[in-house]
Amino acid sequence: MESRTLSPTQYTRTAIALHWSVAGLVIILLAMGWVMTSMPGSPTKLLVVTWHKWGGITVLALFFIRSLWRLTHPAPPPLPAAAWQQRAASLMHALLYALLLLQPLTGWLFSSAAGRQVVYLNLIPLPNLVDRNPALGALFKELHGTCGALLAAIVALHAVAALKHHFVDRDDTLRRMLRWRAQ
Amino acid sequence: MLAAFAVAAFAAGKAARPAPISAAGSSLVASFRQQSVTVDAPFKRFTGSIQYDPARPADTRATLQVDMNSLDVGDEDSDAEVRGAAWFDSAHYPQAQFRSASIKPVDAHRFEATGDLTIKGRTRQITVDVSVQSAGRGYAYDGSFELSRRDFSIGDPSWDTVLDDHVRVRFHLLADGG
Repeated sequence: MESRTLSPTQYTRTAIALHWSVAGLVIILLAMGWVMTSMPGSPTKLLVVTWHKWGGITVLALFFIRSLWRLTHPAPPPLPAAAWQQRAASLMHALLYALLLLQPLTGWLFSSAAGRQVVYLNLIPLPNLVDRNPALGALFKELHGTCGALLAAIVALHAVAALKHHFVDRDDTLRRMLRWRAQ
Repeated sequence: MLAAFAVAAFAAGKAARPAPISAAGSSLVASFRQQSVTVDAPFKRFTGSIQYDPARPADTRATLQVDMNSLDVGDEDSDAEVRGAAWFDSAHYPQAQFRSASIKPVDAHRFEATGDLTIKGRTRQITVDVSVQSAGRGYAYDGSFELSRRDFSIGDPSWDTVLDDHVRVRFHLLADGG
C-alpha cells in the first residue's frame, strides 16, 4: 500500500503485460475484421468471425482488469514534453481507452441484434445485450466498422508517437513500457 | 342422391371450409445451430389455408406456401448468402410448400399431420405434431418439426463441421374457424 502513495517511476509488470497483450490482440482483431468482411460466405469465414468475437470479449475483459489495475496502480507521470504534446497524449490515451471499450461492445451489440448469441470459447453463453432486431443490428454493424477504423488510426498514431519518442527524442517513453524490471 | 348428401353434410353441422392463415400474429421460424450458437430465422412472408372442424378432426386439411426470399437470418450478408444457389437457391425455387395428406387425431387438442414438404424442388414426407387452441374467431395451431438440410440439398456439405444438419422449424399459425 505504501508504495502507491509515492509517485511511481515505472510501469508494473502487470501493466506492461496487459498493455502488450491488449496491443497484440487488438492488432490481430483489426486485421481479422478487415479480412473477414470481404470474405465470401464459407465455414472458414464463420470460424474467423467466431474467433474474432472471442478475441473481442477477451479485450473487453482485459479492459476492465486493466482499468482496475490502473486505478489501483497509477501509471508513472509522463516524461517532460511540450504542454501541447502532453495534452495530445492524454487526449489520445482517453480516446484509446474509450475505443477499447466501445469496439467490443458495439461488436457484441451487433451480434446480439443479429440474433447470434456469443458463446465464449464455445463454453460460456454470454447474455444478449439487446433483443434480436436486424435493423438495429445494421446500425451497430456500421458503428462497429467506424469505431474499428478509428481505433486502427489511433493505434497507428500511438505507435508512431512511441517510435518518434524513441528514435527522434531518444527519451524513455517506449523503453519504460518494455522494461521488465522487478517491481 | 345428391340431396341426401347435402342433407347429411348439413346434419353434420357447418361443413368446414379452408380458412386463410392470417399473416398478423402467425409465425414460422427456422432454428438452426451453428457451432454452439442457436440462431432463430423467421420467414416474413407465407400464406396458406387450414380447414379444421373440431367435430371432424380427421378431415383437417392444411396447405402452406413460404416465400423463401423472406427468410430473415439476422443480417444482410447472411440473408444474401442463404438465398444463394448452395443454400435455398431462391431465384430458382422462390417458394417452399407443405400440403397435408392425412391427419391422425391424437386427442381433443392435438393431431398428427402427415404431408409433403417441398423445399428447393425436393419433396419429402414429414409428420408434424400439431396442437390446436381456440383463438379469437378461429384457432391457433402450434407445432414444430425437424428437417435434415441434406434431404433438401440446403448448404454445401463442407458446412457440416460448423452447422448442424438438423434444422427445427417452429410454427404458430392463426386461421379463422371453418
